[in-house]
Amino acid sequence: MNIVVLVKQVPDTETERKLNPADSTVDRAASDGVINELDEYAIEEALLLKEKHGGEVTILTLGPEQATDSIRKALSMGADKAVHVSDEALAGSDALQTAYAIAQALGTLEYDLVILGSESTDARTGVVGAALAEYLGLPQLTLAGKVDIDGSAVKIQRQTDDGYQVVEATLPAVVSVVEKINEPRYPSFKLIMAAKKKPVTKLGIAEANIDPAKVGLANATTAVVDFAAAPPRAAGTVVKDEGSGGIQIADFLAAKKFV
Amino acid sequence: MAEVLVLVDHVDGQVKKVTLELLTAARRVGEPSAVVVGEATDELVAKLGEYGAEKVYTAPAELDDYVVAPKAELLAKLATDKSAAAVLVSATAENKEIAGRTAVKLGSGVLTDVVDITPELVAEHSIFGGAVITHAKVTKGVPVVAVRPNAVPAEPASGAAAVEAVEIEISEAAKAARITDRVKQEKGARPELTEAAIVVSGGRGVGSEDFSVVENLADALGAAVGASRAAVDAGWYPHAFQVGQTGKTVSPNLYIALGISGAIQHRAGMQTSKTIVAVNKDPEAPILEISDFAVIGDLHKVAPQLTEEINKRK
Repeated sequence: MNIVVLVKQVPDTETERKLNPADSTVDRAASDGVINELDEYAIEEALLLKEKHGGEVTILTLGPEQATDSIRKALSMGADKAVHVSDEALAGSDALQTAYAIAQALGTLEYDLVILGSESTDARTGVVGAALAEYLGLPQLTLAGKVDIDGSAVKIQRQTDDGYQVVEATLPAVVSVVEKINEPRYPSFKLIMAAKKKPVTKLGIAEANIDPAKVGLANATTAVVDFAAAPPRAAGTVVKDEGSGGIQIADFLAAKKFV
Repeated sequence: MAEVLVLVDHVDGQVKKVTLELLTAARRVGEPSAVVVGEATDELVAKLGEYGAEKVYTAPAELDDYVVAPKAELLAKLATDKSAAAVLVSATAENKEIAGRTAVKLGSGVLTDVVDITPELVAEHSIFGGAVITHAKVTKGVPVVAVRPNAVPAEPASGAAAVEAVEIEISEAAKAARITDRVKQEKGARPELTEAAIVVSGGRGVGSEDFSVVENLADALGAAVGASRAAVDAGWYPHAFQVGQTGKTVSPNLYIALGISGAIQHRAGMQTSKTIVAVNKDPEAPILEISDFAVIGDLHKVAPQLTEEINKRK
């Protein structure tokens, strides 16, 4: 079974993240790039499925040159190879354009399953998996807390607010995963060394069959009108508990009419 | 005035509060039309009318037998047939997916996790864990916008609520992911986390899987219970209740953080809460910087006292 895992490089949450004043896109130079956290769970799930069913795990990344770091990390976890679509024309693409571009790039690969994290830590739209399924015309098995494959049948537990739904479909399919699905492995030294030799295919948008008129900031379906640093929250009251802390909170809540 | 479609969230014949908020927001933009998948009882329709719905479109419950795609077909069809000015949904994980697919079908754009919206459909977002506020708009086609619960206060206004059954044939492709079972996990009588007006969350400071100190306070306030990643990772509380970057985003009127230090990952999930109260042992905890009222102390003493005090004052 061939699995493609979508990996995105995002600004590290631990560093100060910024937008470019000129075009309101994420300033990727301002903070360190790291692999999107939920993508590690997607990679882990792909590796677990490969261990069970055989096949190959391919990483697919759209992003600038620096995204190579995240691709190497993904390979060092145990993925077999990678495809990196990197092209100036993709810069500033919104979530739906990204889904379109991924769908096109997937057209150049052979796969039974596409796995991705349910959202990225930078944009956090949570729409890419669904939009991708729409573009590909494939079953949408998103927000999975558990994935089971039996032949060409795939079954997931789709997480909902009050539990989960069992969802069934036939491969090929698009699966997005949530954090509870597994515990991503740490790359071993041996795998880190081996990852350096694994093939990474670089594609421009033409090679990935991506129409330049459908991607990039100039063709985006959404536009940022303006942005600003959030006004700092007014300094609140901080008291030390000297036996009446709970009552003091109750007084505060009463003044705010919460009780 | 152009119609603004609002996808109705409802459970057991009851409209969820967030739908009333969306109808209120829709009135800023145009004439609200509610879209109900499943049985539209008289009571449900009446409620939608009380918040300004001029029309109520109904579609068969069968659409809910498959993941997301049929509802996107429904919304895209209605948006086209009725020349809608916009489509609004609540910013739940599922509805954001519906919004995304609907926008792809319409060849338009989607905005998610919106915390405010103007009559011109300029949407406000709070990004990077609350550090930056952006305003954005959809520049192509019919805007599809997912609005967070508690973003716009619900205000009643009378609407005709004229019911119209939608005739729709769902494509075979949209039936590719079948829902074959639904498993409800223990939740009790508490409100839903992402929609609740008040959320009480517990973190590392709770110290064990005995979350009763958090739950008792939540129940006294009629609040939902949340948990930090540290508490979830420790196995003290289920993942479904995790608030933060890789969990749920909440935006309640009141957020009470018990024993949560307030790492950026957590703040990303709650920083747009209108009032924040914290109890923490550590006077250096980052949560104190964003709290409107904070007590430095042992949550196992402060929270029970607060619970008792609230119950006394009821």
